[in-house]
Amino acid sequence: MADSTKIIEMEVMRYRPEQDKEPFYQTYSVAFEDDWSVLQGLQYIKDDLDSSLSFRWSCRMAICGSCGMMIDGVPSLGCRTFLRNFYPNKIRVVALEHFPIERDLVVVMEDFIDKLESIKPYIIPKQPRKIEQGEYLQTPEQLEKYRQFSTCINCMLCYAACPQYGLDSKFTGPGILALMHRYNADSRDGGRDERMALGHADEGVWGCSAVAYCSEVCPKGVDPANAINQNKMGSVIDYFFRFVAPGETAK
Amino acid sequence: MNTQTDKRRPYIRSMNGWWKRDPYFKRYLAMEATSILVAVYALILLVGLFRLSQGEAAYNGWLEALKNPLSVGLHILILLVFIYHSWSWFKIMPKTLASFYFRGEKVPQAVITWIGVAVSMALNLLVLAILAGVQP
Repeated sequence: MADSTKIIEMEVMRYRPEQDKEPFYQTYSVAFEDDWSVLQGLQYIKDDLDSSLSFRWSCRMAICGSCGMMIDGVPSLGCRTFLRNFYPNKIRVVALEHFPIERDLVVVMEDFIDKLESIKPYIIPKQPRKIEQGEYLQTPEQLEKYRQFSTCINCMLCYAACPQYGLDSKFTGPGILALMHRYNADSRDGGRDERMALGHADEGVWGCSAVAYCSEVCPKGVDPANAINQNKMGSVIDYFFRFVAPGETAK
Repeated sequence: MNTQTDKRRPYIRSMNGWWKRDPYFKRYLAMEATSILVAVYALILLVGLFRLSQGEAAYNGWLEALKNPLSVGLHILILLVFIYHSWSWFKIMPKTLASFYFRGEKVPQAVITWIGVAVSMALNLLVLAILAGVQP
């Protein structure tokens, strides 16, 4: 800190439910170094300026998905956004959009967690398998079909980028629908029919109007818009397929 | 069950004016808005079809009306909007498709977009060539 001369103004959204009627902004002057992330700036505030500031974080390296926040209006991970890119302007940090604010930068994520559970985010084997049968084998081509969608870190940035979710939180939303596709597209899995009951619904893939900002903000290149819209095609095929061959679905 | 519900007071933000929040949302709404003029053009064509069913004089009247400067201006506007409309659809096209692989490499989404644009331009030129061929 001693040899740092740069000072950035960080305007942070505050909301303390026990005393504030609504959120407000509090500005902190943060002396920073070039390699400081926004998260480090917030940690400095909490450690040295104002211990009452609340925010979530864990790994500091874009894996845990805890520090999602709006940074100058863009859904971003605090740990992989750098203060130097905003200096000498001030920087505004706000709780993730489209989620209720619990306190300061902490949002209520129950809805997300409930939806995550609802799509059965685990492999449902086609047939019960015994240990003696050995491991599942998968070709590189079969892996490629879902690999991209399996890199989601549940940071919820895509939800903060999705106006459809903001306007109606019944929509299952980008991240969870991408995860649904990740399991559906896995050659070891046989649970597609169970999951697509949710996928076919208005709140499922059809709730998406292809704004596609989710794919832009995703820090892991998951491309949820691609996952959802591929499943629209699958949903249409399923719809017509049931007239031709009841009980059969697209795969 | 959460036993602290009484002490929690989650704050829900308004979505009023959400589309003004981010330039990305403005572009999205512009893309959606282009469909209005696409619908207007479909109506103009339907009127033409209806006038055709009423006989030659009625159809010629419709053709004459199209030559009105206001109509020409509207058509230029519609053409520009159509170009943006088409571009926006080709841009979203790779999002609607499963990934393609060429020699083991994933085909980039931009390539799929530009293939769509190229095919569309080729078809438009073909239609124009056919129309030029049938003109007296």
